[in-house]
This record gives sequence, C-alpha cells and structure tokens, in this order.
Amino acid sequence: MGNKGWHNAVWPSVLLILVILTVWQLSVDGGLVPEWQLPSPTSILQEMIQGWPRLMLNTSATIKLALIGFAGGALAGFIIAAILHLIPFVRKAVYPLLVVSQNVPVIAIGPILTIWLGYGVLPKLILVWIVCFFPVSVAMLNGFKDTDPNLRNYMQMIGAGKWQLFSRLELPNAVTHLFSGLKIAASYAVLSAVVAEWLGADKGLGHYMILSSKGYETARMFAAVFLIVLLSLAVFGAVALIERLVIRWRPAKGGGRA
Amino acid sequence: MTASALELKGIRKDFDSGRKNVLNGLSFTVAENEFVSIIGPSGSGKTTLFQLIGGLEKPTAGEVWISGKLTTGSRGHVSYMPQQASLMPWRSVSANIELALEVAGVNRKEASRQAREWLDRIDLLEYADSYPHVLSGGMQQRVSFLRALLSPQPLMLLDEPFGALDALTRQQMQQWLMAIWEQNRRSVLLVTHSIEEALLLSDRIIVLSSAPAVILEEITVPFDRPRSPQLWREPRFNELKQRIHELLQ
Repeated sequence: MGNKGWHNAVWPSVLLILVILTVWQLSVDGGLVPEWQLPSPTSILQEMIQGWPRLMLNTSATIKLALIGFAGGALAGFIIAAILHLIPFVRKAVYPLLVVSQNVPVIAIGPILTIWLGYGVLPKLILVWIVCFFPVSVAMLNGFKDTDPNLRNYMQMIGAGKWQLFSRLELPNAVTHLFSGLKIAASYAVLSAVVAEWLGADKGLGHYMILSSKGYETARMFAAVFLIVLLSLAVFGAVALIERLVIRWRPAKGGGRA
Repeated sequence: MTASALELKGIRKDFDSGRKNVLNGLSFTVAENEFVSIIGPSGSGKTTLFQLIGGLEKPTAGEVWISGKLTTGSRGHVSYMPQQASLMPWRSVSANIELALEVAGVNRKEASRQAREWLDRIDLLEYADSYPHVLSGGMQQRVSFLRALLSPQPLMLLDEPFGALDALTRQQMQQWLMAIWEQNRRSVLLVTHSIEEALLLSDRIIVLSSAPAVILEEITVPFDRPRSPQLWREPRFNELKQRIHELLQ
C-alpha cells in the first residue's frame, strides 16, 4: 500500500474522532453534561499531565502483567495446539472441554483464583494466560489442519513421515494462523490484565480505576481508560509488525486469501 | 537381468467395499531408465494408480515392485512431480528442492550443493533464494521437475505435469524436459491426457480403458533419440496418434 493510499484510508476516521472530541468538549463546556459525570477532553488531558508519575507507575505494572501473561498464554496455546494435533485421541477428549472453558466468565474465575492463590501476581497471571491461550491454540489447530491438499499429497508421495509432515508442512503452514490468533490474544491481554487488577491488586491501571471510581474521580478514570486503549493498540500493533517481519513469503498482491 | 524400476503384478483396486472396481488386473513394467507414459480417458483411475505406486493406498489385489523390492503399501520409493507445482510457499526455491532431497535421506549440505548446481544448469540460479510466488507457472514446474529429478528414489512419477499450463508454455516445457531427461536418464512413469506429449516423450505408451481400467494396448514408440521437436511432421507420428486416438474412443 502506498503512502497516499494509507492517508486516504485513515483521514475519514481521524476526522470523525475530531468531530466527536469537539462535540464532547462543547457539550461539557456548555453545561449539557455535568463535569463529574463526563469530564471534558481537556480536563482529562490535564488530569493525565498532573497525575503522570502515578499513572506511569500503574501503567508499567499493567504492561508487565499483560505482556508476561500474553507471552505465557501464547506459549501455552502453542504447546496445547501441538499436543492436541499430534495425538488425535487427546484432541477428541480435550477439544470440547477447551471450548466449554471459554464460556466460563473471567470475572467468575478471578475470585476463585484469589481464594486459591491469594493476592499475589500469580492468580492475575493465570487469569491472563487463560484468556490468551485459547485464541492462539484454536488458530494453530486450524492452521495445522488447513494445509493445502496438494502439498500434503506431495509430501506423502515422496515418503514424508508423520513428523516430517508436521515440521515441514503443518507447522510452517500454521504460522500465518498463529499470528491471527496472537493478534486476538494481544487485544485481550491488556483487557484481562486490567480485569485481574480490579479483583484485588495494589498497583496497575485496574487498581487505579477502582480507586478513582471510589472517589468519584471521573477524569482519572477516563485517563486510565485512554491509556488502556493505547496499550491494547500498542500490543496489537507490535504483533502485527512482527508478523510483517516474519511472513515475507506471502505474495505482495492484494486481495485473495490472507 | 537387472530388476525393473517398476513392476506391477495384477493390480486390482475396488472402492466402496467392492462395489466400485477402478483398476482391474493391471500388470506392466517400467525398465530402468525407461520413459513410460500412461494415457487414458479421464476417470480411468490414473490418480488411484499413482497413489498405489506411491504407497498411499493399498491395492485390493496384486503387488507393486520397485527396483526389485516388494513395496506394496509402503512409501518413500518414488519421487513425484504433481500437476500443481506444490512448492512450499514459505521456502525459497532452493530450499524447496532441498526439502525433497532431505525427505529422501540426502544430507543437508549435499542437498543444498546439488540444488544450487542444478538451478544454475537450468538458468534459475538467480531465483534460488526467492520465494516460489515470484516464478511463473512454467518456471515453477521446472523447479518441481528438478526436485523430482534430483531425488534419489529409483522411480519418478510425473502426474500430468503440464496439465495446468497454457498450450505454448506446455510445448516449451515438453522440449525442455525431453532435453534434460535425454541427458540424465531416469526411470519415469508419466500420466498425461495429451497423446502428442506421450508420443514426444516416451519410449512406451500404455493405453488404459475407462473404469474399470484395463490395459488396452502397450505401444512402443519407434522414434530415435535425441528426438526432434518437429517429430509431429513425420507420418508415423500421426499414424500412431490416430491409432491411440481410436483406442481411446
């Protein structure tokens, strides 16, 4: 995509954001909405500047939790997918449970983990792991299975064994799928880290939000929300960037199957 | 007498627990360094036949012998060139060739050396480190052929290798393949729909009937090698072409 194309794709949404911010600012300034309910963009910005050191302290705690959780979850997702794929019996037994496990609300697991493991980092990490492993393992499982039948037939004809099929065909084929799973996990990672912090923490943006809400500090909450969005986007963007660096074999032509 | 590269003994294949008979008692051989083509109407079980020779399927009855070994149902005794080039899109051209050799048990260093040496010979060395998608369809098939040619297995199976190419590229590829093969003889079994292709390339042509496939005729192609690209001008070429055409009706 050329530079010009990129600009053309981006400016409508930039314009919309500017319009929203302006309307927001004007309606708060005009007294349409009370400031304690909805602080104006400028007072949120002010709050961010004033509370910057504290915000950063909490942000770095959340980043740590989200990144370690994301990495652990992704690794677990990869290993689980490989095991399930290579041992069909295990896949048949475990896969339905895996899907069911995703319907257990994270908010519900949190307190249980806290009961079992206390208020330390571990229960929070486990929560982020649980959220992050699933999209990765499901995407990888699809990638292992969704190989080009022509390539599979070729490998079998020349006598490739099960391990060679896996390492030379299924695994590399799953790399593109791995990244789509990683991107979903990346967008969940920061969110679940914040939820984990709500459930009991002494630092982190989640913790900061709970504190601010108790003191009706709406501007602070908005500042935290803004940073959470920014963090999520950054993690997602980093994964997308790594994807572009790793996957160079895809034809440069646009369209078609990703 | 040395063993044939391939010997099929009474191959029968049924599907749907015997209700559908696809191959019915096929027996033929491919001698060492001989080029044999199989031609038959679509649906004559040629794909099934290759799956049986490659060991992906087991025949209902009969035996497959490759290089004097009974290989029925066992894999790894053939190299293969499919209709779709089937190059791994995430591997460079050279790495694709190396993969085929590695699966066949050639060590990595030797595989890499051979891949590069041969890519140079067919004027594709500049693409050795490119991904396959930058190659044209014809170039991809050259790489696919090279990959099969370099593999150490005693028999090459070519499965309609030019079927997906346009007519002009197809002709060029036939000439190209013939030139390389005539200088580097291997035992080849080719499946094709094209009578001209079979006549141009092969020493012998096996004509199959439609399902259940039986051998209608084995034709020895009488032309000397190296063969001229203008073979089609010869009256005998056209005679044979017509005869095969009639057999296939």
